[in-house]
Parts: sequence; structure tokens; C-alpha cells
Amino acid sequence: MPILTISGLRKSFGTTEVLKGIDLSVSNRELVFIIGPSGSGKSTLLRCINRLEEPTGGGIAFDGVEVTDRSTDLNALRRSMGMVFQSFNLYPHMTALANVTLALRKVLKKSRDEADAIGREALAKVGLSDKTASYPSELSGGQQQRVAIARALALDPKIVLFDEPTSALDPELVGSVLAVMRDLKAGGMTMLVVSHELRFARDAADRVIFMDQGHIVEEGPPSAIFNEPREARTRAFVAGLLR
Amino acid sequence: MTAWERFLETFFKPELMVQYWPDILEGVVVTVQIAAAVVVTGLALGLMLASVRAYQVRFLNLFIVIFVDVFRALPPLVAILLIYFGLPNIDIVLPSFAVLWLVLSFVLAAFAEEIFWAGITSTPKGQWEAARSTGLTFSQTLLSVVLPQAIRLGIPPLTNRTIAITKNTALGTVIGVSEILSQATSAQAFTGNATPLMMGALAYIILFIPIVAVGRWIETRFAWRRA
Amino acid sequence: MEVFLHQFLNFEIMQKVFPLLLKGLWTTLYLCVLVIPLGLAGGLLLALLSLSRRRAVAWTTIALVDLFRAAPPLVLLILLYSGLPFAGIKLTPTAAVCLAFFCNTSSYYGEIYRAGIESVGRGQWEAARSTGLSAPQTLTYVILPQAVRNVLPDLVSNTIEVVKLTSIASVVSFPELLYSADMARSVTLNSSPVVLAAVMYILLLWPLVRLVSRLERQVAAR
Ligand SMILES: Nc1ncnc2c1ncn2[C@@H]1O[C@H](COP(=O)(O)OP(=O)(O)OP(=O)(O)O)[C@@H](O)[C@H]1O
Ligand SMILES: [Mg+2]
Repeated sequence: MPILTISGLRKSFGTTEVLKGIDLSVSNRELVFIIGPSGSGKSTLLRCINRLEEPTGGGIAFDGVEVTDRSTDLNALRRSMGMVFQSFNLYPHMTALANVTLALRKVLKKSRDEADAIGREALAKVGLSDKTASYPSELSGGQQQRVAIARALALDPKIVLFDEPTSALDPELVGSVLAVMRDLKAGGMTMLVVSHELRFARDAADRVIFMDQGHIVEEGPPSAIFNEPREARTRAFVAGLLR
Repeated sequence: MTAWERFLETFFKPELMVQYWPDILEGVVVTVQIAAAVVVTGLALGLMLASVRAYQVRFLNLFIVIFVDVFRALPPLVAILLIYFGLPNIDIVLPSFAVLWLVLSFVLAAFAEEIFWAGITSTPKGQWEAARSTGLTFSQTLLSVVLPQAIRLGIPPLTNRTIAITKNTALGTVIGVSEILSQATSAQAFTGNATPLMMGALAYIILFIPIVAVGRWIETRFAWRRA
Repeated sequence: MEVFLHQFLNFEIMQKVFPLLLKGLWTTLYLCVLVIPLGLAGGLLLALLSLSRRRAVAWTTIALVDLFRAAPPLVLLILLYSGLPFAGIKLTPTAAVCLAFFCNTSSYYGEIYRAGIESVGRGQWEAARSTGLSAPQTLTYVILPQAVRNVLPDLVSNTIEVVKLTSIASVVSFPELLYSADMARSVTLNSSPVVLAAVMYILLLWPLVRLVSRLERQVAAR
């Protein structure tokens, strides 16, 4: 039983169509990995799923709710979908703990004590128990991204969307973020990940999607996509990554 | 009498200083009260207008932009005279201190709106998206995430602007608000000596120099490092 | 409403006082032409002095600038205009107004120039000096053009403030726009002349206000 079902999803900016009919379903506890050339629409797909962008056509069903319905409570929906951004987007005027607890207090209306307890737990999960009082400017890129992951986790989401979570990081900091993502996977979190970390995809992904020019070109288990792609475009792209 | 003695006699006559310092002090109290009221209401109104503008309601935005532009272009003294001498003709009588307070609040609000709005628009899009992706509403995002950053960004330019506008409390003397300058000029007219005037000037300087110095410090120290 | 229109938007009266106000507007512009260049030049001098390597010079200048930024311009004006005669020094009204505004205006311009010069990195000085340019040459050809570009919105914005500032010369009976309008008001017992003056100020300054907003956006986008 899939938790997320996308059917015929379309998105245009003005006259340019960026997503040209995407069909994709994600099962509970699955880690789906999305690769594809720059501009192929990967970020747009993720942003349509929690409606940071308004889809222009097609449907998205998440956990029994039709995401694109006008009657859907968008803020409740977004709470159950975590999102992690390439550029972290931590709130610079708040400590790590305050970053994590803001939505707990404002959206879930939890008391400060309760929110802080959940926040500390989330920060512990990403290995940052000792940084709760630090401001983003005092943290390394890898630490900032882990705070951002904790911010998403604190709301106890049913899925986490990652948009190139490691591409803004120095190489030596990538590992700490991937380690957290591995833990999440081991804990049974459903994840949709846009990234070009092939090693991580090979040993953590259940399924890899290759997107190009607004279409899903090919999908399959990592071994199939990376070792014996069927489509020429996939082969060319994967070869480029491996080089 | 040497020139120096004459200078002292004209601007620093001890008897007059002793006699008139309570009057000047009274003026100081009035100046401080009005200045404080202007700072509070002006900044609050400016912040409110900038927040309303974020909702992008066309009709309201037009009103805000016109309000801001008018009070940035209009000399405050013109507005003060217009309201003080104009309103009684249509049977609205405001006390002079209220006119001064109202006009200066509007002027400060206009500048503050502009500065806060610049702060709101310069907050990166990612901040909005991160907050919305955790389920915060537009208003919650504005209030908890964007405004704090906009305010912090606005503090250095606002400090100097606020000081300049609160100094305009001296304009109150034209419509008879009994602030420092007004006390000083009436004492001067009474005594035929410039000492009260010099005392008034000194009172302003003693009042505002620390604030100017703090403004200078804030400008250099409040540099904002983005994460 | 009738009364309101009669009191504030009486076109008959506006028409009658228009020539008088126009004369006032010219006087205002004349005052601006005196005060703005003086302030710009004085400000540059103050900025350079406040950046002097001689500590005593720099600190004295900064103290002076802060002194004039702390004193309301109207206080300076009245002190010069009605205080000095007691000491036997009688300035003409124009001289008193110009001197008072000069003290205020050059201090504000000075602070803006200083921020601009400080915003140009030391590397620019060093690069220019290493090619054999003298200090004044470096300042003129390398530093100031960049500095002015960086603080252009503040310079224009302060110039708007100076134009608005000229209205307080009315307090010492200097026959500029506001003074003319207020005279007309007390003669006609009607506020329309002051409304007309307000409109004139807004027409004069509104383009500059828009310009500042645009410049600020450009600088922010850089
Ligand atoms: N807000 C927008 N307005 C107009 N065009 C947009 C907008 N957002 C994205 N696009 C366009 O949509 C296309 C897909 O963008 P998207 O960010 O989804 O690509 P991507 O696959 O994530 O690429 P990358 O790997 O570079 O992040 C691009 O051509 C981009 O220019
Ligand atoms: Mg992208």
C-alpha cells in the first residue's frame, strides 16, 4: 500500500512546462532516490508534493488525502511531510533548539517545556545534543544541515523530502549528514531524496528514479540503474556521474 | 569690559543660569516625554504598516505607499502648521503637544515602514519555504521568522533616523509646546539675555549626545552575519 | 465636507496667493543652491578629517560632528539668529540661516562620506599607492568614486532632508516657501495656502523620494 501516489503531475512556469506528467508511488518505509540532469525538474517535483509550488495538473494522494484538493488543510499536510533544503534555510536569529521547536510551539501549540523536550530528542538523533544553544552562524555546514533535519523530524513526519541535502557542503562534511540519513532509513522513515551521492544511493536506496526534461525516464533498483541502464539517456548520465 | 567677559556675560551669566535652570528642566521633561511617545508609536505604526504590506492587498498597499511617500517628502513643520492652525477651522481642536506627537509619529512611521519593508523583502525566499514546509501559516512565518530578521536588519539605519526625527521635537516651539527650546526662548525674551538660549542648546546636547554616540556604536557593532 | 473644502482646498484663495508662494518657492530653491553645495563640500572635509591618522584631529572632528548631530537645527538657528546679536554680532538673516544649516548639514553629509570611504577596502588604497599614485590622487580617482557609488542612496536621501530643513528658516522670518504660505494663511484666515505649499514641497521632493527607493533597491541587489 503506497503512502504517496503521484499521477499525471504537471507543472508549468508561464509557458514552459517543467513537469510533463509524472507518475510515481512511494511505499511506506521506502527510500526513493531521484537523479537527473540540472533543470530536469527534480526540485520542482519535491516542491509540488508539499505544494510550495502549485501543480498545474494531475493528482497527488498522500496518506489517504488528496493534496491538491482545495479543502485540504495545507499546514496540517506540510507538518506531516518534512522537507530538507540544499541551502539549510535555518532561521539565523534563533538557536538550534529554537529552530527545531518553532513549529512545535506555533503549529502544534505545545508548551515550551514539551517542545524543548521533543527538540532536544530530535537534536540528539542527529548527534547534536551539545549544540542546542548555538546559533546557525556558529555551526559548520554539516551541523547546520543536521539541525535542519532535526527540525523536520521533530514534527514526527510520515515522509521526509530531501532536495540535494549535501551539495552545499564541503566534501569532508558530507559523511555526517549521510550518516544521519542512514540512521533514519534504518529506523523505517519513508524518504524521497534528490541527490547525486551514488555510494549512498547504492547501499541505502530501495529504488532509483532517473528524470530528464520533466519526465521519469527510467526507474529500478540501484543495481539496475547504475550497472545496466536500459535507456541511452540514463546510461549517458550515469556514466557522467561515475567519471 | 573685555570681549571675553562680554561673551560670558551674554551667554553664560551665572545668575540667570541659576534662576532659569528649573524652567529648562521642565522643558527637558516635556521633550523627553514627547520624544519617547513618538519613538514608541512611530516605530510600532511603521512595523504594522510594513507587516500589512506583506499581505499584498492592492488597495491597502496603495494607501501605505502614498502615506509613506507623502511623509517622506513633506517637511514636518509644514504638516505641524497645517494641522495645528487648520483643524480648529473645521472644529477639531487638538492640543499642541498632540499635534507635534501625531506629526512626528507619522514621519517616523513612514521612514520605519520603508526600512522594515526593505528588511522583509531582503529575507531570503528559503526562510519562507522552510517555515511553510513545517506547517507554519503565512502570518506565523511573518511574525516568528521574517519580522525578527527584518527588525534586526533595520536597526542601524533606523537608529540614526529615529534620532534625527526625535530632535524635531524642537519644532514644537513654533506652536507653543513648552519643550526645551520654547522655555529657553521665552526666558530669553524676558531677560533680554542669550544665556537661557545657550542653556537650552546645552540641554539638547547633553540629552542627545549620548544617544548619538550609542547610535554610532550600534551602526558599527550591529553588523549582521547571515548564517 | 463643505467647510473642509472651503478651509483646505479653496481654489480661489490658492489662485490669489499663488504668485506669493511661487516667490517663496524660488527663495527656497535659492537657499538650497547655497546650502547643499556648501554642505557637500564641508561634509567631505569633515569625513577626511575624521579619518585622519592623527588621533587628535580625528577625535576632535568626530566630537564636533556628534555635537552638531545632537543639536536640533532649529536650536542652532535660533542661537545664531537671536543669540549672537546680544554679543554685538549681527548676522544677516541669510548668513545666519546658511551658517546654522551648514553646521547641521555638513555633519550629516560627513558621516555618509565616511561610511562610504570605509566601505572601500584597504586593498584599493594599497593597490593604487603601489602604482605610484599620491594620496590625494588615490582619493580622487580610486576611493571617492567607489565610495560615492556605495552611499549614493544616503546622499540623495540626506539631500531631501536638507530641502525639507529649509522650511524651518520660516521661524526666523526668512521669506521662503513655508513662511510665505504661513503669511498668506494668517492674512486670509484660511489653510489653503499651506496646503498649496505642502503640495509644492511634495511635487518638488516626490521624484527624489522615488529615486532613493530605486537606488536603495539597486544597492541592495548588488
Ligand atoms: N519559480 C520558477 N519560475 C520559472 N521557472 C522555474 C522556476 N523554478 C524552476 N524553474 C525552471 O524549471 C526547470 C526545472 O527546475 P528545477 O529546479 O526543478 O530543476 P532541478 O532538476 O532541481 O535542477 P538542479 O539539479 O539544477 O537543482 C528549470 O528550467 C528552471 O529554470
Ligand atoms: Mg534542484
